[in-house]
Amino acid sequence: MLIETKGLKKTFKSRGKEVEAVRGVDLSVKEGEIFGLLGPNGAGKTTTMRMLSTLIEPTEGQATVCGHDLARDSGGVRRDIGFVGQEGGTWGEVTARDELVMQGRLYGMSKKQSAARAEVVLEAFQLSEFADRLVKTYSGGQKRRLDIALGVMHEPKLLFLDEPTTGLDPQSRAHMWDEVRGLRERGTAIFLTTHYLDEADALCDRVAIIDHGEIVAEGTPLELKKEVAGDVVLIGVTERFEEAKAVLGGKEFVRETEAGEPDPATGIATVRLYVDDGAAALPELLRALDAASLAPASIELHRPSLDDVFLKQTGRSLREEN
Amino acid sequence: MKALRDTWLVYSRAMKLNLKQPVWLVVMLIQPLYFLILFAPLLNGLDGAPGFEAGAMETFVPGLIIMMALFGSTFVGFGLIAELRQGVIERMRVTPVSRVALLIGRTLATVTTTLIQALILVLLASPIGGLTINWGGVILMFGIIILTSFMLGALSYGVAIVLKSEDTLAPVLNTVVQPIMLLSGIMLPMALAPSWLQNVADFNPFYYAVEASRSLFEGDLGADAIWQAAVFIGGLAIVLVWWASRKFARAVA
Repeated sequence: MLIETKGLKKTFKSRGKEVEAVRGVDLSVKEGEIFGLLGPNGAGKTTTMRMLSTLIEPTEGQATVCGHDLARDSGGVRRDIGFVGQEGGTWGEVTARDELVMQGRLYGMSKKQSAARAEVVLEAFQLSEFADRLVKTYSGGQKRRLDIALGVMHEPKLLFLDEPTTGLDPQSRAHMWDEVRGLRERGTAIFLTTHYLDEADALCDRVAIIDHGEIVAEGTPLELKKEVAGDVVLIGVTERFEEAKAVLGGKEFVRETEAGEPDPATGIATVRLYVDDGAAALPELLRALDAASLAPASIELHRPSLDDVFLKQTGRSLREEN
Repeated sequence: MKALRDTWLVYSRAMKLNLKQPVWLVVMLIQPLYFLILFAPLLNGLDGAPGFEAGAMETFVPGLIIMMALFGSTFVGFGLIAELRQGVIERMRVTPVSRVALLIGRTLATVTTTLIQALILVLLASPIGGLTINWGGVILMFGIIILTSFMLGALSYGVAIVLKSEDTLAPVLNTVVQPIMLLSGIMLPMALAPSWLQNVADFNPFYYAVEASRSLFEGDLGADAIWQAAVFIGGLAIVLVWWASRKFARAVA
């Protein structure tokens, strides 16, 4: 295990009030995997990451990172991890090469070692061409690649990425996913935070869902989605909402029913039904509506997504939260 | 050993950035030059008057140099806030670099630029203001400038990391620095002050710095103000560096 935490807690004092940002997080990250911490803004993702990367001290609880005890050997943790924060950490008035060499030297490399390693990293992140230009001339994607290059200068066992694709355009985002997968292939484990469902689903080997400072689910995206067995049917109605929910939810093959509030713009309220076999269920559900003289305003059928997992655990949709 | 190496690394990075923008070196010199050209001539008639026994220029220029050190060092925290916002400080804090080095390396770079500015000002004051330079005293005075700049640089960085915003940093620093400057006798010697003001100034370490600078400029290397300035400012520097290093190590930003 690269990371193992037990009851990790962080309480901030703000204007005399105590705010529990993280309330007892237990999680584990294995060697060589991409681990994602998924949750809405303010759920405690960044705070958890900052504790594990030695930037802030936990209020309570224990953690081992790369074999070092977080509280007693923060120096050991720092040597073995890399960290790329949300802001990135590059400075506009320097060149990529200078900053990379400096970064290597902060990790104890000699000037020569660091210059050689910088060359390799610049090549790996396709930055050689701009290596001697000032960082302020870089595009968003180039800057992001440099952020990560800085984080892996010392070949860490584990790299922390805080919201690595927030603010990137779709193309840069796809590139970033490739970079992250490339790092894993070269043996670096990744711990990332994200509030994007598709990112957690497509990129991460394992995901922990965090909400209000607590882990509500942990597993591979597939395992998590399997917990919400079967298919999800969404039926929108414009009137007699309670009755519609009762009629649809009353069917014996429906495992679970949830109804949202009517959308103020369209007047449609969506009833969410979890069923074993969506294709077989749909005609039956429509017949039931028809029998009750209700007309559907919208129909949707899909395999469960991580959003359904989140919804099931917290009663809220992550998509709407963001 | 590691702390020394790390300090050197942080220092050389900061110096490299300073030297890339030599315009700041000049900008910081403009204010004292204004004083030298547009204000100092007003004092010329006071040569030998009470408080100016050693000569008007010889009294005014040492104070001017301390003032420059004061302003040049007090506002270095602004640069740090920009680096905080870009995540540069955070990135460095995740490396095994010595926590103390992160502060001291930057502070020493501030001291270096202040010394360069002080030297230029001394050299310019001689032809412009007709100042007689006592080099032995000037070199010792640079010792006082180093302590002053070191102390204020550390203070500014520490306050910057606590406040994390330029909008609050400016008024806080101004509120602290203005009375310290007025009470140090930089513009006019405190000998002219009524006794209550003189009594307040006795608690201002910069009063001693200015007095010591004046004595050193006159070539009076044995004046009490010299060891008093060294002890007060040196002591404060140690306390503030200790405090600011702790802020650097624990900063939440």
